[in-house]
Amino acid sequence: MNKRKIIGISIYIFFIALPIYWLVMMSFKSNEEILGSLTYWPQNFSFDNYITIFSDPSWYMGYVNSMIYVIMNVIITLLTALPAAYAFSRYRFLGDKPLFFWLLTNKMAPPAVFLLPFFQLYSSVGLFDTHIAVALAHCLFSVPLAVWILEGFMSGVPTEIDETAYIDGYSFPHFFIKIFIPMIRSAIGVTAFFSFMFSWVELLMARTLTSIHAKPIGAIMTRTIGGEGVDWGLLAAAGVLTIIPGCLVVWFVRNHIAKGFALGRV
Amino acid sequence: MNLKVQNNKAWFLVLPVLLLVAFSAVIPLMTVVNYSVQDIFDNSRVYVGTEWYREVLNDPRLQASLIRQFIFSGSVLLIEIPLGILVALMMPTKGRMASLCLVVLAMPLLIPWNVVGTIWQIFGRADIGLMGAFLNGIGVNYNYASNPTDAWFTVLLMDVWHWTSLVALLCYSGLRAIPDAYYQAAKIDQASAWAVFRYIQLPKLRNVLVIGVLLRFMDSFMIYAEPFVLTGGGPGNSTTFLSQTLTKMAIGQFDLGPAAAFSLVYFLIVLLVSWLFFTTITHLDNKK
Repeated sequence: MNKRKIIGISIYIFFIALPIYWLVMMSFKSNEEILGSLTYWPQNFSFDNYITIFSDPSWYMGYVNSMIYVIMNVIITLLTALPAAYAFSRYRFLGDKPLFFWLLTNKMAPPAVFLLPFFQLYSSVGLFDTHIAVALAHCLFSVPLAVWILEGFMSGVPTEIDETAYIDGYSFPHFFIKIFIPMIRSAIGVTAFFSFMFSWVELLMARTLTSIHAKPIGAIMTRTIGGEGVDWGLLAAAGVLTIIPGCLVVWFVRNHIAKGFALGRV
Repeated sequence: MNLKVQNNKAWFLVLPVLLLVAFSAVIPLMTVVNYSVQDIFDNSRVYVGTEWYREVLNDPRLQASLIRQFIFSGSVLLIEIPLGILVALMMPTKGRMASLCLVVLAMPLLIPWNVVGTIWQIFGRADIGLMGAFLNGIGVNYNYASNPTDAWFTVLLMDVWHWTSLVALLCYSGLRAIPDAYYQAAKIDQASAWAVFRYIQLPKLRNVLVIGVLLRFMDSFMIYAEPFVLTGGGPGNSTTFLSQTLTKMAIGQFDLGPAAAFSLVYFLIVLLVSWLFFTTITHLDNKK
């Protein structure tokens, strides 16, 4: 490590942290203080904004709803993407390349006009305003990405391992669960992180497919914009709370990210 | 690279993914194709063929926002990819500092997109925001709500803040995959830092960079929530990007037919650029 690197990365970290610092500070201020003058530190430090959120079910249920569909999405994504990625990394089969690219194209459709057919589709199968509807809709982009990342990792695992296991009499499911999956733990960590991330931050689909029971926190936050203007303090507090779950996830997978794509296509 | 075996039974392993994605992808796509060739008028539908496509392609508003969109995505890629590589190279490799850097770096990625817009909306305000007040304090007449240059600057800065971390994280994990022996060999050869980067690190980063460039292109080309919250597309139309024009058309004016035609054209542009990029890269690979 030389000094130039340390200075460089410190500047970048400072640049990342500054807007977040401002958000956190605002969440502890009252609206009078936020709009009154520029203060770098809250004059009257108060938890009022957070108390409002945690004491009102219509607020905190937003976080619960978002968490539920994001976790569902991560589980569905991993369960389906793992075998598919294995197939892509080990076998050639009819239409494999077009299929792989087709999966990726699903991330490329502009949502605005697709929202209406989405709404109609999920209403017609009776899933409107359920967590599973949002989880399934988010699979549209999380599954292709997961297959892509996992395939890269799996291609780095030598096929000799599979062959030896089959000679030893392992059946495919037994081998896959007992031997292969533990070998690519890091890959699963990284994939789970990406699925979590993209599902947690997506809002257009989540908002379209829900009304009351599964409404995500991002949609609830818009109600801070009311008749008498924006309730900045409350909005900031709600924003801060949206960052925390993600930070916990990163903390858990940090070592996997560091090992990262080590096995993979790199 | 492992040799792949021909085996059509592998389809069974892919089937769950195929069904899952097709359920959400095919029917909506067909519906949109349907809208794009029909005139929907109360309950009657008239087949209009390619009329909406012609109308959409000749719409100056759309052409303007398409150009704006290409400039935006191009600038985003030009800034974020080199900066992301640089950040990844500067990051500490082990210990607590590495963990801390990872977490801080990942933070902007984990904030819902409309909240990102909100953060910068406040942060840039000249009266109550840190950045706005600071810039005005040192004598720059900065106001993103009324000056188009400032608005562009803010939207770009916001995107760099939001997404450079993705490139950095991908490159960071790519760099960790390089065995120490490579660096030792370079040291014996007395290779310069630039040579190490050019001939050891950069080739090893190739694959993560492909993922990074494609993801950044797709997401920046479809950016919606952040500029919508930050500037509302203004001042004037200066930061109205493609998806915002589309949304205005679909929801604001109830022009479902042209909007559907437009979103298919939009989809095809993203598809074409990604495909060109993807095949060029694979082609270059095969040449080696």
